[in-house]
Order: sequence, then C-alpha cells, then structure tokens
Amino acid sequence: MSAVIDSHGHAHDDHGGEDHGHPSGLMRWVSTTNHKDIGTLYLWFSFIMFLTGGVMALTIRAELWQPGIQIVQPEFFNQMTTYHGIIMVFGAIMPAFVGFANWQIPLMIGAPDMAFPRMNNWSFWLLPVAAILLVSSLAMGGAGVGWTMYAPLTTQAGPGMDLLIFAVHILGMSSIMGSINIVTTILNMRAPGMTLMKMPMFVWTWLITAYLLIAVMPVLAGAVTMTLTDRHFGTSFFNAAGGGDPVLYQHIFWFFGHPEVYIIAIPAFGVVSQVIPAFSRKPLFGYASMVYATSSIAILSFIVWAHHMYTTGMPVAGQLYFMYATMLIAVPTGVKVFNWVATMWKGSLSFETPMLFALGFLFLFTLGGFTGLVLSMTPVDVPLHDTYYVVAHFHYVMVAGALFSAMSGIYFWLPKWTGKMYDETLGKWHFWLSLIFFNVTFFVQHFLGLAGMPRRIPDYNPQFTEFNEISSIGAFGFGLSQLLFLYIVLKCIRSGEKAPQKPWDGADTLEWTHLPTPVPYHTFENPPTVK
Amino acid sequence: MNQAALAVTADANRQMLKKLVAAAVLMFGFGYALVPLYEKICEVTGVRYLFLPDQVTPQNTQVDYSRKISMEFDANVQRLAWTFKPAEASRDVHPGEVTQIVYEIRNTSDRTVTGQAVPSYGPSEATKYFKKIECFCFQQQTLGPHEVRRMPVVFVIDPALPKIVNTITLSYTFFEVVGAQKDRG
Repeated sequence: MSAVIDSHGHAHDDHGGEDHGHPSGLMRWVSTTNHKDIGTLYLWFSFIMFLTGGVMALTIRAELWQPGIQIVQPEFFNQMTTYHGIIMVFGAIMPAFVGFANWQIPLMIGAPDMAFPRMNNWSFWLLPVAAILLVSSLAMGGAGVGWTMYAPLTTQAGPGMDLLIFAVHILGMSSIMGSINIVTTILNMRAPGMTLMKMPMFVWTWLITAYLLIAVMPVLAGAVTMTLTDRHFGTSFFNAAGGGDPVLYQHIFWFFGHPEVYIIAIPAFGVVSQVIPAFSRKPLFGYASMVYATSSIAILSFIVWAHHMYTTGMPVAGQLYFMYATMLIAVPTGVKVFNWVATMWKGSLSFETPMLFALGFLFLFTLGGFTGLVLSMTPVDVPLHDTYYVVAHFHYVMVAGALFSAMSGIYFWLPKWTGKMYDETLGKWHFWLSLIFFNVTFFVQHFLGLAGMPRRIPDYNPQFTEFNEISSIGAFGFGLSQLLFLYIVLKCIRSGEKAPQKPWDGADTLEWTHLPTPVPYHTFENPPTVK
Repeated sequence: MNQAALAVTADANRQMLKKLVAAAVLMFGFGYALVPLYEKICEVTGVRYLFLPDQVTPQNTQVDYSRKISMEFDANVQRLAWTFKPAEASRDVHPGEVTQIVYEIRNTSDRTVTGQAVPSYGPSEATKYFKKIECFCFQQQTLGPHEVRRMPVVFVIDPALPKIVNTITLSYTFFEVVGAQKDRG
C-alpha cells in the first residue's frame, strides 16, 4: 500500500505546475500527464489529421471534377480513398472525441485527473507514430484496398499494406488504452454524491463508447493480424486455396465495423446532449431514457454487422434477420432525436455558434439516419450497394453528424479552456459556410448513387458530370471553410476577449458551476460534493 | 484529496485495469474464435456446400426428355504448375439424367503438389439445381512429379431448373494447397 502512495505522490510532483520546475517547451508536451494537456494534444493532432485527410478528399474530388483520368492515376486514386477513410476515422474523428473525453470527463465528474495519467500520455504519443507509419506506407507504394481492407485484395497488395496493418495495430492499442483509462476514471473517480444517474450525458456516452472500444478494437486487431499472417506466414484464413474464405474477413471486420460506427456517433450524441440544454436553458428532456437509449444502441450494434454484406450471397433468412435487426436501431435513435427536440420545446432558445452546430447536427444526422434506414432494406440495398448513395449516407452521419458535433463542442468549451471568447460573427460564418458547402458536396451524391455511379472509381459515365462538378465545388468550399475555423481558434487563443465565468446561461455541469475561467492547470484536488 | 483516499482509489483503479486488459485480450481471442465458429455455422446451415455431395431425392431423378440443356465445361489453374482440362468442351444433357464427365490433370513440375479444386457455376441461378453426386473437388488431389490423373464428375440437373436457363457453365479452378494443410476429407 505504501508503494501506491509513493507512486502517486511522485506523479503528483511531476506535474506540479509551472511554478515549481515543470518542464517547458516541447518537453512539457512530450512528458505531460495532465489530462488537460493531453486533451489539447489529442485535439490538435486530430485537426492536423483532419486537414491531411481533407487534402486527400480534395484530390479525389479534383479527379472526379470531369469524367476520364486527368490528375491522378487510378492506383493513386484508390489509395486516396483508402487513406482518406482510415485517416478521417482513426486519425481525426476518434482522437477528437478522445480529446474531449480527456478534457471534460475529469472536470464533469469532479476528479483531479484521469485514472492512469502515465498511460494516458502513452496512448496519445502512440498516435503520431501510427500517423508516420500511415504516411510512410503511402510513400512505399501504398495500398489502394479501401478503408475496410477486404481480403483477398489485401493479401495480394504490395509492401505498403504491411505498414498499414501495423498502423492499425498501433491505433488500436492507443484506443484500447484510452478506453481503459476512461472507464476506470468514470467508475472509480467520481466526486462524492455523483451517482451514475447524475452524471452529465457526455460522460455517460463516453462510458458506453469506451466499453464498445474495448470489445471491438481487439477484433479488428485480430482481423488485420490474420491478413498479415496470410501474407507472410503461410496461414490461409482468407485464402480459398488453403481452405479459407475471403467472406470470413468481412464477417470479422464488420463485427468490429458496425460498433465502430457508434463509437464515432455516441460521443457526438453526448456533446449535443450538453449543448442543446445549455442553449435551451432547460435540463435535458428524458435523461434516463437517453441513458437507456444509448445503451440499447450500443448493444444492438453488435448484432447487425452483416447488413454491410447483403450482396455476399447470404441466405434469405439471414438477410431478413439483419434487415429487421437494423431497422430496430431506428427506435432508440428516434428516442434520442425526440428528446433533443423536446428539450428545445418551449425553451428560451438562443443561437450562438455551438447551438447552430448542434442544430445542424440534429437536422443532418437525422437525414443521414433516414438514408441508413433506406439502405437497411435488402432489396433496396442490393442495387445501391457500393454506389454514391452509400457515400452520401455515411458522410451525412460522419461529417454532419460527428464532425459538426465536435465543432459544436469546440465552440462550447473553448471559452472555458482558454479563458477567451471566440469571434461570434466569424463562428456563425464558419457554421453557415460549412452547412451550405456540406450539402452542396453530399446531397447531390444521393442522386449520383440512385443513378448508379459506383464508388471508388476514378472515371465515370459522362451523364454524371454535372452532379460531380457540383459536388467538387462544394468539397473545395467546405475544405476552405475549415481554414476559417483554424483562424477563429487561433484568434481566440491569441487575442480573444476575456470570457466571463459562465458565458452560456443554461450550462450547469461542474466545470461551469465550480471552476474559474479559464480552468486552472490543476482542478478538483479536493473533490466537490454533488447534491 | 487526502493520501489515504488516494491510495484506496489507486488500488481500485489497478484492479479495474486488470479486468479491462483481460477483457481486451479475451476479445482478441474472440476474433480468432470466430473462424471455427463460422465454419461450424456454415456446416450446420449448409451455406457452404461446395465440397459436399448433394442429396438427390428420387422424385427429382425423373428424366425430362422434352428439355435439352447445353453443359459447358471449363477448367483453370491458379498459380499452379499443372495442366487441367475437361475431356470434352460441352455436352447436351436432359434434366434428371445422371451424367458422368471426365477431367484430366497433369503435374508438369518435378515435385509433388497438392491442389484443391473450387467449383463455380454460371449463371448463378443454376447453382442450386446443379447436383454433384461425385466430384474430384470433394477431396484434395496430390500429384507426384509428372503424374497424370483422369477424374470423373457425376452430376444430375434438377428438372425444376427455371425455363430461362438453357446453358450451364461448370467451371473449376485448381488452387495449390500451401501453408495450413487443411484436410476436407
């Protein structure tokens, strides 16, 4: 027991604040174990990855500006779609929400820091390593195998594939460690009186997400490890000649892949569940039903994976089961959307930037949910499979869903974190530009998909030209609007006006009610009492 | 927070860490456990019947002389130093008629090689009406250096075959069995 006290005492000395010998400059960030520093690192990392993946998206859209091959070769085009997907999912969106978790969970439950501060440091610093592996894999000839990394293409791809596999391993390790930290912090380190059912919704969503991550990231690690051993060590998991089956890869991948969708969406629900009540000046409607709905979405996510595989030649009974199970998810999701709308009902609404992004999320995520419901129907999915309709669907839930929610969270908490206000006018510009260009980019892709344009192909039938031009214009507009976001954040940090203690009237979680603005480096060393 | 409380929390955290790491390791194992699990499911539900003889029920063996189906035979090898060809390129058969055809494989290399043939059918609608009673694809084939083997396929076409199908292509691809030498019996 004394060793425990000792190690904790040391950890405490290590991050004793700038006043007593804290490393400065780069070493401060490399060696930090402070949850706020690590949250900031996660958020900046994810923004850099967001821009990297964005440049790849623009390469794709530039090539698709006109039919025929203009700018890049088909192999490189396929690598762009692959790396864009992997970078956005594992490098941008997931780390962004882990960044929020690091900053906000200890503040919201009244804990002094995360449960394992040193492991926290490690889970972050694995990410740049994975990012370097990803980029060097591209330099080694890349692997245009799609972000889903289906066998048998992956078992035959060049050496770039091996680096891609190792990058996925490291990203997985980082996520698992981060999740273990989050679960332990939430379960063991809540302030006295903070019962599970009093936790802010954002904390709840992360508790559920972290469990999902611990359950499915190892399965993905297993799938890519099988690919690796098939490539180099003579196993035949996915090799028909040796008695394996490439369809098996899809089953294993989507057992991870479908919960992964909710790993991205559920923390986004959490942020929106904090923002909407704050700007409606009302508590969240149906808190308990929100908790149960989120948990049921998480549980259902494990039993619907094969709706990504309707065209693999599944028996009809299987198709029917996966179709009905998938449709069932619309029920708890509907409960959540209903609760957000009911929270706003008769509230004193105001429309600052965080609220605008949350409303954008609400509207467009629901639209993406509807196209998901359309795709869940087997007979409809078969002709739409692997067309731009699917691309439009998942960008509505990933970009207008997860990304808008992250933007909302940044604008919401930036004053608390930095002690300075962002420029509200520019923030609104950022929102409206993002909203408009997002729809210009992706709404037309529904039509392209319905007309039969396949995804992941650099060339297309000339009949699709107009819609592709519109989509490309939207994409460049959306990309440039995000530079405005960077400018807004930098301007806020450098020369923002001093933020008041509680800039949002309706915000009622611990970080707003118990802590000064900006939040000090160390908080809640003596836990608050929650009534 | 006082030191005693911190120590208690740190201890609880460590317990939690162990459980969660164990859960992650278990799930990694679960990923691998899916491999035999799926194999079993496919076997039980009969989803994967490529390497098993089909059951031919007596009422389906009534020969329908009013229809003639053109059977086309195709043979391929995948990265294998064998030649593989059917004795005849095509044959007209009646639904319900038990037919035997012969394929020939020849090992052109100087080493002993084991191969597995994987059948496929075109059009895919014909798949469930094409019944294999005996097939060299039910076993792996091992050929010594320069060995030649003639192998029969005995099949019958279910008379319930949809009227629009007049031609069925039976295509086999031989793959070399390397690495895990799974015996399909």
